Formats: sequence, structure tokens, C-alpha cells
Amino acid sequence: MTDPLLLAVYIFVFPGFLFLLACALFFQYIDRKLAARMQHRVGPPLLQPLADLIKTLGKEVIDVKGVDRGAFSAAPLIALAAVMTAFLYIPVIGASPLAFQGDLILVLYLMTLPTLVLFVMGWLSRNVFACVGAIRTVTQLFIYEVPFFLVMLAPGLMAGSWSISEIVAWQQVHPWCAVLQPIGFVIALIALQAKLERTPFDIPEAETEIVAGPWTELTGHRLALMKLAFDVSLVTGSALIAALFLGGPELPWVIAPVWLAALAGFGLFLIKTLAVLFILATLRVATGRIRLDQLNDIGWKYIAGAAVFQVALVLVMNAWWVQP
Amino acid sequence: MAEVMVPIGPQHPALKEPVNFRIYVEGEKIVRLELDLSYNHRGIEKAAEERNFIRVLPLLERVCGICSHSHATAFVKGIEEIMGLEVPARGQYIRTIIAELERMHSHLLWLGVAAHEIGFNTLLMWTWRDREAVLDTLEEMSGNRVHYNMNEIGGVRLDLSEKQVEAAQQRLPVLEERIAQYVDMVSHQETMLLRFRGVGKLSKEEILKYGTVGPTARASGVDYDVRRDDPYLVYDEVPWNVVTDSSGDVYGRTKVRIGELSESLKIVRHCIENLPGGPIRVTSAPKAAPKGEILSRYEAPRGELAHFIRTNGTDKADRLDIRTPTLANWTSVAKALVNQNLADIPVIVAAIDPCLSCTSRMTVIDTGTMAQGSISWEELVRKCRARYGTEVQP
Repeated sequence: MTDPLLLAVYIFVFPGFLFLLACALFFQYIDRKLAARMQHRVGPPLLQPLADLIKTLGKEVIDVKGVDRGAFSAAPLIALAAVMTAFLYIPVIGASPLAFQGDLILVLYLMTLPTLVLFVMGWLSRNVFACVGAIRTVTQLFIYEVPFFLVMLAPGLMAGSWSISEIVAWQQVHPWCAVLQPIGFVIALIALQAKLERTPFDIPEAETEIVAGPWTELTGHRLALMKLAFDVSLVTGSALIAALFLGGPELPWVIAPVWLAALAGFGLFLIKTLAVLFILATLRVATGRIRLDQLNDIGWKYIAGAAVFQVALVLVMNAWWVQP
Repeated sequence: MAEVMVPIGPQHPALKEPVNFRIYVEGEKIVRLELDLSYNHRGIEKAAEERNFIRVLPLLERVCGICSHSHATAFVKGIEEIMGLEVPARGQYIRTIIAELERMHSHLLWLGVAAHEIGFNTLLMWTWRDREAVLDTLEEMSGNRVHYNMNEIGGVRLDLSEKQVEAAQQRLPVLEERIAQYVDMVSHQETMLLRFRGVGKLSKEEILKYGTVGPTARASGVDYDVRRDDPYLVYDEVPWNVVTDSSGDVYGRTKVRIGELSESLKIVRHCIENLPGGPIRVTSAPKAAPKGEILSRYEAPRGELAHFIRTNGTDKADRLDIRTPTLANWTSVAKALVNQNLADIPVIVAAIDPCLSCTSRMTVIDTGTMAQGSISWEELVRKCRARYGTEVQP
């Protein structure tokens, strides 16, 4: 895919930005609908997320006294741009044309940005709820980020590559990493849930305690874009886990026409990513919110420990069993 | 770390009614809190003294939306005692059925709210779905979902038909099954255990010291329930148990309330199955009550409710004083919150099942001499203007 026109289509239309935005809204719909059905509610209609987005975009923007308006408006854009860029390196219909050695690390870095932006916005809000929320955001970041990085890098360690597309290709001839690294797979799901600040890890935006945490002073298009950034983050994160642990869009055997292979790849991408989303949605419905000190305990005592153990196990397996 | 003041209320997502907490925290730990109640003083006690006994009952139901039957029953029970009326058995049974259905819908509502406070919205949706079955039963029996208006001086307003009894009987097994599910859930759901156990602990001594009542007190091992210790309606004829727990925390309060759900169901079932025949009210209740004073106690879903009634020989009460259970429980909340986490405020506050607007009272106290007294309307307006600098005309 060296044709610049094709590359432009890839980045901006499919499976790039346009598709990603549609996908983000669709995933939000699936997430809300699943939760609603599990809670014996009807749930939203298909286009509700789009309607919400358009409505919030059109709402009045209220400026907090003494806050830099430019920075406050730019921050959600940075978060959105970061996660949208991250998605370009994730295989959707086959290996990503932009893949390079180290794109896994870039993607992980880009996915951290929305959380940092959220912290900055909460801190800048000059509001006690937003400040408490911001501190909680960054505290939580320190808890889940270490195990998240460790287990997300472990498949790369096993495949001998820092490129997501190459890790996917490696899983074509080897078993899925979810089978080889079950602990890592579980930790990745838990950490992603914490990264997206969904129950039981919605501590920073705990509605009943601190109103909306760092989101409290966000209004109008700022709120809409920040929310969209987290929706995109949900897609990117789910797709990343699907690629690293569930073999991504590749089949173990070769399919003859290119278009059929691309179609099969896309179908696999959707199925696997939605499967990850299903697990995340179930986790959200089945739990209440834990406390920050409890998360600190669980995070450092068990999750981080298990992540280190998983990495050690991968190293041992590399030495004696799986040849990269 | 410096102390930070976090204001909660009078408008806050955790609160469904107006109250203001100013919470001083160090990091996530609560150092102390200041309470500001009474955002919604409605003058119901005074209004009740202006109405005759027939017209006062619908008013008293409006003291609280959830314990509407409790307030009306506490009042009629007191007046009937002053008048020396003997209420027919069928009337008493119907009152008990409504009272226990009310307790069930209140506790189901509370369970949902408590779950919502810790972000566990699934349980909120489920309990409120099941609460509908109770509300439907109440609506069939009385015509209303929350303000049943079943009481009259000397009995009840409506009789129960065969059909209504059958419909209620059909719903009971479903509810029983769901309640069993919640009992199981509370003792096994991991996040609920994490957030409820050891949170907002109050010892038995503290409970007695602060005069806490109801499920909050019973969760700390205080074996006290007005229904058993000062029986009214037909509670001395029905087999049931007082539910207590020894843990004294939010977990204990949850267990007590869920236990009471099963007990209420038992009482309702017994009353429906053994509903006596006969009239539902006395044929001619007197309009006026003789001179007298009475303290009528009633076990509302939130705890002991007390109506002090003084009559003066007319058809109006000379003085009505209502002590709602929430008023008795507030001080224990202030105690239970100290040294807890900021994150635990909503669930500790919710654990007493506060009903804030029922607690609004007004007393004028001179802060220098501590003398209490009353105040004229003009003076009140003048003082408010001086305090807030507004230009409101009296």
C-alpha cells in the first residue's frame, strides 16, 4: 500500500478516522445496550450516541473564571488526536501499512495521554471536586499503568518484535497469546477497565462523591470531545487487546482473493474487539465502585505482582520452549 | 497536608434532598464535618393544629412520601386512644398489611440507593424493578402508589376485596424469591463487601448515647423494636422476629434491612391469610377528642417515629409534635463519618436512610443566653434581611 491516495483513504476514511468515529459511537451504543439489558432496562436506540454527541457539541460553553480558555479548549483535542493516531497502528483488515518496530510502545504512550489531559483539566478547573478528581485520576494512573505496560509488552517479548502487526503475524503460526499468557490477558482487561475509568474503577469521576471529578467544569464541545476521546480509547484499547492476545484480524491459513482476505480480517477484528467489549461491559455491570485505597492495595499487592510474574514466565518460556 | 473543605449539598448528585455538609478533609480522610439541615421547613406541625382530625390525615401523609402510612397511623392511633375507640380487627389487619408493604417498598428503595452510592447501579435497577410489585399491590388496595390515605379515625377507608387479596398473594412468592437473591448477593458480592464492611462503624454504647433508632440501632446489637416492645395494630398476634446484627457497620445495616424485608413479607402473608371478617371501621367516630395528652410511638421503616399529641376537647389538636427517626439518627452520622474516607460519605449518610425534608424544624435560640422562644413574622423578616441583605417585603 505505497500509493499515497490509498494511504490517505486508509488514514482518513477506512479503517482510519471516519470509520473509527463511527465505530466509537457504535461501541458506546453496544456498551450501553448490553448494560441496559443486563439491568433489565430497554437501553438506548442505535443512533442515541450520535444524537448525544451532536447535542453536546451544540451546547453552551461555560468558562471558569481565571482559567486559560485556549488551553482548556485545546486539551480535549489533544486527547482525541492522541487516541485516534494510536488506532492507525492497530491491524484492522490486515497488517497496518504504517507499522514499524516500536509502534506498540508509541500506541501505549498515546493511550496514556487522555488520562494526563484529564488530570491537567481537573487541576486547572479551580474547583474542589475537579481537583480531588484530578488527584484521584493521577493516583489511579500510577496504580494501573505499570501492570498494564508490563503485560502489554509481554506478547512482544514472546514474539520478538515491538510491532503490533508482527505480533499478530506471529500468532498466525503460534497459539494466541491469551492461551500462552492467560494471566497477562486478564490483567490487560482489568487495567484497560481502570484506564477507561469504568466501574469498578470509576473512582476519579465517582458521581455520588465528587460530582464528576475532573469532568465537572467541562461543558459544550469540550465535554463532547473529551467524551469522544474516551469512546475512541475504548475502541483502541479493545482492538489492541484483541490484536495482542487474540490474534487480531489474521487467520492461520491464507485466503485467495485479497478482498476476501480483507473482509475476513475485518470480520475477525469486529468479532474479537466486540468480545473484549462484552467482557468489559459485563465487568462494569457486575461490580460497584471500589475505593482508591482499596485499589492501591489490590493494584500493587496482587495485580502488579502477577504482571511481573507473567513477564518472568514469558522469559522462561522464551528460553526453553517457544522460539521467537 | 492542609485541610480542604469539600461542600456537599444542598444540590449534589449524592443527595436526593436538601442538606448541606461542609466536610473538612486531609487528603481522602475526613477530619470533621458541619451539618446544615432545614432547607425545607414546611410548617406542617402548625398547619396540622389548624385542621380538624379528618382533614389533618392527608396533610400528615405528606410529611414523608415514603412513610406516608406511618405518620397517618401514628396520629390516628394516638387520637383513637384519647377518644377511647376500639378499632375493629379487620381494620387493624388492613392497616398492618399496608404498613408492612410500605416497609418493604421503603427497604427495597433503600437497598437500591445504597448500591447506587457505591456505583453499583445494577442492584439499583433490580431492586427498583421489584419494588414495583409492592407498589402495584398498594395501588390496587388503596388507589395510590405512595400516599395511600387508608386511615380514618376509627378504622380504614377501604376494604380489601377477594380479588385484591388474590393478586397480592400471587406476587408474594416472586418477591420472596427476589429477596432471597438479595440476601445471597449481600453476603457474596465482592465490591459490596469491600465497600460496606467496617465502614461507618458505631458501637452499641455510641448508639445508645446518641439516641439512634431503627435499623441503624438494630445493626449495632440494640434489640429494640416498637412493634414488639410497645405493640400496636396486630403485631402481638402475628408471628415475626426482630432482626438484629452485631457488626454495627453499613454491612450490618444492610443485613438488618434485608432481614426485615423477609419478616415484613411473612407478616403480610400471615395477615392476608388470616384476614378476619367484620366491619373495617367503627360506625360513628366522634368528631372531637376529649382533653388529653399522648405520645404515640410507631416503628416506621427508618426507626421509631413519635407523635406527641395534645387535645383540648375540640376537633383540632392543640399541639402536635413529630419526632421523625431521621432526626434521631443524624448525630450518629456525624460521629460515624469522622476518620472515614471521603469516598465513604455517601454510603454512610445513606445507611441511616435519611429523609431530610421530614426533619426540618425551627426553634429560636439566643446564642448568648441559650434562651428558647418564639418570634413574630415581622421580626423574622427583619432578621433575614439583616442576615442576607435582601429587600424582601414582608
